[in-house]
Amino acid sequence: MGIFEAILLTVITAATPLVLAAVGELVTERSGVLNLGVEGMMIMGAACAFIATQMTGSPYVGILAGIASGALFSLLFGFLTLTLVANQVATGLALTILGLGVSGMIGEAYVGQSGIKLPQIVFPVLSDIPFLGALLFKQDLIFYLSIAVVVGVNWFLFRSRAGLKLRSVGDSHASAHALGINVIRMRYLAVMFGGACAGLAGAQLSLVYTPQWVENMSAGRGWIALALVVFASWRPWRVVAGGYLFGAVSISQLHAQAFGIGIPSQFLSALPYLATIVVLILISHNRRTTLINTPASLGKPFVPDR
Amino acid sequence: MSAEGQPAIGPLLTVGQLTKLFGTFAACNGIDLDIKPGEIHALLGENGAGKSTLVKMLFGVLAPTSGEIVWQGQPVRIASPSAARKLGIGMVFQHFSLFEALTVAENIALSMAPGISLSRIAEEASALSHSYGLPLDPKAHVADLSVGERQRIEIVRALLQNPKLIILDEPTSVLTPQEADRLFETLNKLKAEGRSVLYISHRLEEVQRICDRATVLRHGKVTGACDPRRETPSSLARMMVGSDVAHVSAEGTSTKGAVKLEARHLSASARTPFAVALKNICLKVHAGEVLAIAGVAGNGQGELFDALSGEYPAATDDVVRIADKPVGTRGINARRLMGAGFVPEERHGHAAVSALSLSDNLVLARSQSDRRAFLGGGVLGLIRQDAVKRATRRISEAMDVRKSGENPPAGSLSGGNLQKFIVGRELDRQPMVLVVNQPTWGVDAGAASRIRQALVDLAKSGSAVLVISQDLDEIFEVATEIAVISEGRLSDIYPAAELSREKIGLLMGGMYGKTETAETAHAH
Repeated sequence: MGIFEAILLTVITAATPLVLAAVGELVTERSGVLNLGVEGMMIMGAACAFIATQMTGSPYVGILAGIASGALFSLLFGFLTLTLVANQVATGLALTILGLGVSGMIGEAYVGQSGIKLPQIVFPVLSDIPFLGALLFKQDLIFYLSIAVVVGVNWFLFRSRAGLKLRSVGDSHASAHALGINVIRMRYLAVMFGGACAGLAGAQLSLVYTPQWVENMSAGRGWIALALVVFASWRPWRVVAGGYLFGAVSISQLHAQAFGIGIPSQFLSALPYLATIVVLILISHNRRTTLINTPASLGKPFVPDR
Repeated sequence: MSAEGQPAIGPLLTVGQLTKLFGTFAACNGIDLDIKPGEIHALLGENGAGKSTLVKMLFGVLAPTSGEIVWQGQPVRIASPSAARKLGIGMVFQHFSLFEALTVAENIALSMAPGISLSRIAEEASALSHSYGLPLDPKAHVADLSVGERQRIEIVRALLQNPKLIILDEPTSVLTPQEADRLFETLNKLKAEGRSVLYISHRLEEVQRICDRATVLRHGKVTGACDPRRETPSSLARMMVGSDVAHVSAEGTSTKGAVKLEARHLSASARTPFAVALKNICLKVHAGEVLAIAGVAGNGQGELFDALSGEYPAATDDVVRIADKPVGTRGINARRLMGAGFVPEERHGHAAVSALSLSDNLVLARSQSDRRAFLGGGVLGLIRQDAVKRATRRISEAMDVRKSGENPPAGSLSGGNLQKFIVGRELDRQPMVLVVNQPTWGVDAGAASRIRQALVDLAKSGSAVLVISQDLDEIFEVATEIAVISEGRLSDIYPAAELSREKIGLLMGGMYGKTETAETAHAH
């Protein structure tokens, strides 16, 4: 395996959690709910996935635990913002703080333990394709899931009737209610899907990226995922482009720093953020399409007047 | 009410003693109503009479507090809009329940059974819309469509359900006279097919023209059930309002003075993708004149107001002149200081801060132009509460603003009373120039006639008044001169006496720039 291939593999590993968390949040936001707690749900997923794996010895149980914990944690957010109509921004921020704290507490006994890495699943013939085979068909389950989730979400949002309903709820919840769509239920489901994706992204961190538990190991990736959704103007494939670009630039800047190029390291560290923002702004420069894709009732609480 | 005569065929829908309470306030109080198959039934009433609440209950959006609904002889409970649709009730809302970000076909699909594919819905919608004379492009995004086209989507959406009863809530309030005529043809076609229509309106002329029977509501109660063709407009109005409405007199406004407000080749590009660009607008308003600008909503009225008021100043000074001084690049306060006053369209959040008291709202609007009267303490600019309260009282008395308490929050006033206060706030200064956008939109008839009379009186006293309005009745009541705005262009200015409704309708339909916009639409 050449150096280039090895770098690309690390890029994929770095990008997968971003893409997963961002696509989940994209579905949540398309339903009109702004959940700023992605970071908190992600770190809960990472902690629970690691703990479940250590307890059962199976990383697949870990994946399930990560998904379940993210979804359950988002259910708390849903209950506060959708049923009790609490402020979404404040609740989301609180969710992040809570998630960082709770994960640190339940994970304390596991700090320093060496984990079990999620095994690769090798597709027999396809993985022999030169270059691409090793990159795309010799990966772990979470990578395959991330691709499936993106394809599925894209199909769901723009091809299925249920996805159309979800977009309509995000565009104008009052009109959707008048049409007889159950706005609150739709939003609960979207919030929980976002939580499950963030939890899965967290599981990738503690089972694939660095198979161990370290406090705060999500390291701001939840916030990057949130930003990706906005800069990708709520389109799933743009989220993928942004996520992989971010992964690529952050890995290559690490290599550049290792080679000792004469550029200040602070600038190199900032480069992934700059590059992603610039590229996504260029993609979404058309204001009209951006406006059409922006969920018009994003962050607005819905109370049916009965 | 049953003495109305037993119908030969049983009624399609009967409503008995239907009541809806919001807290202790009865929005609908013991309503009785019956609709026969194949009739166009009018529901008449002022804003706030309870019309919308009633139809929301019929369509399952609101749950009634008490009373019964009988559909084809069977008592029913309509729990949701989809239940209403299943019974055969279709609804076209006043404020459209459309999704701007979605296409026409997607909007229609949302109210259809889930099994049907989007392409089949698009085909059916297109065929149906053509057969009823309401052509639609199923692939267009709603955000790009005119208000009339949006209404067609709603109607086609309702018709695709093959309903027995179609409820239309104030359907013509956003249409040109020609578009309204086309709608009436469609309604007559529906009636000929044996469908019933419940037609909600406060426009007496249309009700008399197309409706077979009418039920009149006031303060949540039925105040009359009649055949509108046997009534006169004034007898219907009396049932609606409860008393005779003061007639606005525009006599004596013919004396013209110097030009007080002028726009010279005013152009402005659209600030947002859904806004309208202003194209080469020229207008002059003389002292003693009321210039009314007619037009269908969304043709640049808001943008014109912004440019004239200075909310969004123009690039060059010369395009707007007040009292012959160029002010195009000056802000709103500079223009106020020169003696101009402005009343924007949106009462809440634009003309007034709903959560603040009336006196606070007064200070916000006039702290610059009446600094000496309202602010003390030199550079500190402390608010003189006494003077402000006195002015608030003066304005409320002058405009007959009815409110609870001395100085309540603006949001607690009814639409008509808040609008009277907002207009009065400017009139209190005796402005030399007054620009008003939609002065009586959503305001009850009593308040509307009060506001219109005040505008006419201001012009009589020698000020220049510019009124932007969608309401042709209002325009003919107050205007001495009339122009029409369409797609950001202003027509020539005509003396009010020389213009007919038909001519205005033609101008509204856009005799201006039609070919050019068709081209730009294709370029998207």
